[in-house]
Amino acid sequence: MTDLRNAPGRLAASRPPGVPGRGTAGRRRVAALACVPLIAVAAAGCGDTGGAGGDSAAVKYPTRTIQLMAPAAPGGGWDSTARAMQKTLTDGKLVTESVEVTNVTGAGGTLGLSQLVTKNKGDAHHLMVTGLVMIGGVVTNKSPVNLGQTTPIATLTAEQEVVVVPANSKYQTLQELMADAKANPGSINWGGGSAGGTDQILVGLLAKAAGADPKAMKYVAYSGGGESKAALLSGDLTAAVSGASEYADLVAGGQVRALAVSGATGIDVGAGKPAPTIKESGYDVELMNWRGVVAAPGISDGERAAIIELVDKLHASEQWKQTLAAQKWDDFYRSGDEAKAYFDQESKRITDVLTEIGLAG
Amino acid sequence: MNVFGDLLSGFGTVLEPQYLLYAAIGVTLGTFVGVLPGIGPALTIALLLPVTFNLDDPIGTFIMFAGIYYGAMYGGSTTSILLNTPGESASVATAIEGYQMARRGRARAALATAAIGSFVAGTISTLLLTLFAKPVASLAVEFRAADYFALALLAMVAVTALVGRSLVRGLISLSLGLFLGLVGLDELTGQARFSFGTLELLDGIDVVVIIVGLFAIGETLYVASRLGQLPDRVTPLEPARGGFGWLSRQDWARSWRPWLRGTAVGFPFGALPSGGADIPTFLSYTYERHRAKNKAEFGKGAIEGVAGPEAANNAAFSGVLVPLLTLGIPTSATAAVMLAAFQIFNVQPGPQLFDKSPELVWALIASLYVGNVLLLLLNLPLIRLWVKVLQIPRPILYAGILVFATLGVYAATNSVTQVLIAYGIGVLGFFMRHFEFPIAPVILGAILGPMMELQFRRTLVLSNGDLSVFVTRPLTAVLLGLVVVAVLVPFLPRIVARLRGRPATAERLAFGEDD
Repeated sequence: MTDLRNAPGRLAASRPPGVPGRGTAGRRRVAALACVPLIAVAAAGCGDTGGAGGDSAAVKYPTRTIQLMAPAAPGGGWDSTARAMQKTLTDGKLVTESVEVTNVTGAGGTLGLSQLVTKNKGDAHHLMVTGLVMIGGVVTNKSPVNLGQTTPIATLTAEQEVVVVPANSKYQTLQELMADAKANPGSINWGGGSAGGTDQILVGLLAKAAGADPKAMKYVAYSGGGESKAALLSGDLTAAVSGASEYADLVAGGQVRALAVSGATGIDVGAGKPAPTIKESGYDVELMNWRGVVAAPGISDGERAAIIELVDKLHASEQWKQTLAAQKWDDFYRSGDEAKAYFDQESKRITDVLTEIGLAG
Repeated sequence: MNVFGDLLSGFGTVLEPQYLLYAAIGVTLGTFVGVLPGIGPALTIALLLPVTFNLDDPIGTFIMFAGIYYGAMYGGSTTSILLNTPGESASVATAIEGYQMARRGRARAALATAAIGSFVAGTISTLLLTLFAKPVASLAVEFRAADYFALALLAMVAVTALVGRSLVRGLISLSLGLFLGLVGLDELTGQARFSFGTLELLDGIDVVVIIVGLFAIGETLYVASRLGQLPDRVTPLEPARGGFGWLSRQDWARSWRPWLRGTAVGFPFGALPSGGADIPTFLSYTYERHRAKNKAEFGKGAIEGVAGPEAANNAAFSGVLVPLLTLGIPTSATAAVMLAAFQIFNVQPGPQLFDKSPELVWALIASLYVGNVLLLLLNLPLIRLWVKVLQIPRPILYAGILVFATLGVYAATNSVTQVLIAYGIGVLGFFMRHFEFPIAPVILGAILGPMMELQFRRTLVLSNGDLSVFVTRPLTAVLLGLVVVAVLVPFLPRIVARLRGRPATAERLAFGEDD
């Protein structure tokens, strides 16, 4: 599976950071004039001075190519988020500079995270797509760096999770399934994505809410969406957990039944009518597989404000709304301090549940 | 049957000039990508994804992607045969006999049997895909974790012939492969193994990195160490026969059965959700070796050993499309990227794809037939060009291989660490060659080992640790029964002889000194 990794962008990104800045600085207008000499000399751009100067609104951003890192292979959720952002920013003329997407693959995104925190520290032109999965990755991989060390910018999108059983399963509702999971945990074979990922987190949260022991849940991890699908169809699994859209065709085709979705409101996952939420099924669990964006640590307040403003504009644009609709992503926008608070709150919740499952040891 | 009507309309679409162009671009790109070590079809398609997003032409895009996948399978054999440097796991088996053929001046015949075999296998397996996609898919998803374990074990036992002349050396090579396969996160528990605390090793060592290291880099170092003793040019070539004379009458006669048998192994394996294209190539190789009338020729360049595996890996591709199109289950890295592409175009592969997007599916299937023809037309003339590679002076040729191998690993992994690992493995490959350890078992261990371990443990988790699951399902029991047979068959003559009270005759064990 791993030969998906690549990053054409990164080759291009390896040129000295000052060079593109100098070439484009000449085209900057009045607001940026003060920065020009600085860009030519120092790669860090004019942000540092702008922030120190007091008036954060005066920071001109971006002053050169934005490096947007997708900490996973092309084709996945983070990559498509990054590329959708790139397209919206450049097509919508929200930035005059270019945006480059780079893929840094590995270790649940924590390899990319450690690169952003260590190598790109203080450089406001380095952004990274992140999400719930990375929080899990930090915990399970015992990553030396965590999301709290970055500069939070915004959460952008989210996808609901779905709990499915084969069509011939005896379970018609989530309650029936969870009742058995509580009474006889060994009888339920749960399956989903990688260990410590969103799917297993949801199983852990569900078990907790149902009064079962999260550690006793038998969860079998599969790489990629396909393997767990095959395992559910072959009868290896009692129930599978996955992103809501993943099973749409099998649900529509009648091979698989959706028991519940994990968001605040029920959505149609293929059956032609909205599936009930986990909350409606009687368990106080809500889990969104959200994705967002962070900036490198150590940037000035002015730079942070400017990036947030840019992402605000991205979110408000018509093209972004179209992208959300086309990709079936929920709008899940929180920016600035709200995003920071959300990151912190999710980090705690996820770390707690993974500890209870026994994956954070 | 309206299958043929649908297929005809698919041909109608594909034969439009613009789609023919997409197909031609795809197969050409694929062929060259396949030739370069490390850069596989998955990577190429992933790189092209953003571009095609802008094209906004799903049919054209998928025709091109299928062309790249097929083309890479055709092209992958080229460097294996000419230079003993396969770029991906599905070409490793081809290298074993193919390179020996090239060394004996039979490079043309080896490349031709690979290309024609790929065509035959590709066409037959596409026909199977056209006619039996749905029943094959519903059979394939019957396979449970226990069955995959049994299958992996069977493959492991069956391909012991790859172990080579010395049992001890072969097993040491195999163990090395098993060890390399262990590195990284354990999929079931998420615990790191042999990662030495570094994030870079958490995802394990990519099989591509192992292959490029052992073959391309290891071979280069080995050749460099013996440069003084080797002739300046790589190999004298047999004179060309001209016209359609890539293969002699005898070559044809020896090739066509392996082509068909390779197809028969490759297609079902590709269709299994955890199958893949590499295992059937090894199985095909082993089978051809067992069947061969002239066993002594194996290891010295037997054409059957090229024809079978090459047919198997191409047939596997059509097999891979079965679960992808009918169930939305990707079974290889390339299929996973293609699935992502489907989703970008808002097409959801699955049970309803044939009803909802018939135009797309049938155009894709028709493009496979067309792509195979294009690839044959492209690859046979290219043989003349590829064999010229052998006339490049050795130092320059191998320096070039080293450059491409390094670039390939870097492009595939985007990590200097992985490049260094590839070189480390390359040095290992050099010493393995120097001390005559076989290389193929390493790859086998790295592919089959993790599969066996994972499926075995999965089975036990699912069954709450009850070992009886391995014998209670008929499918698993039959597969495991075959494993026992495969282990015992080589000993049978001895056992029979002993039972009859006669001393063992000259029959040898599978691992005999000159097997």
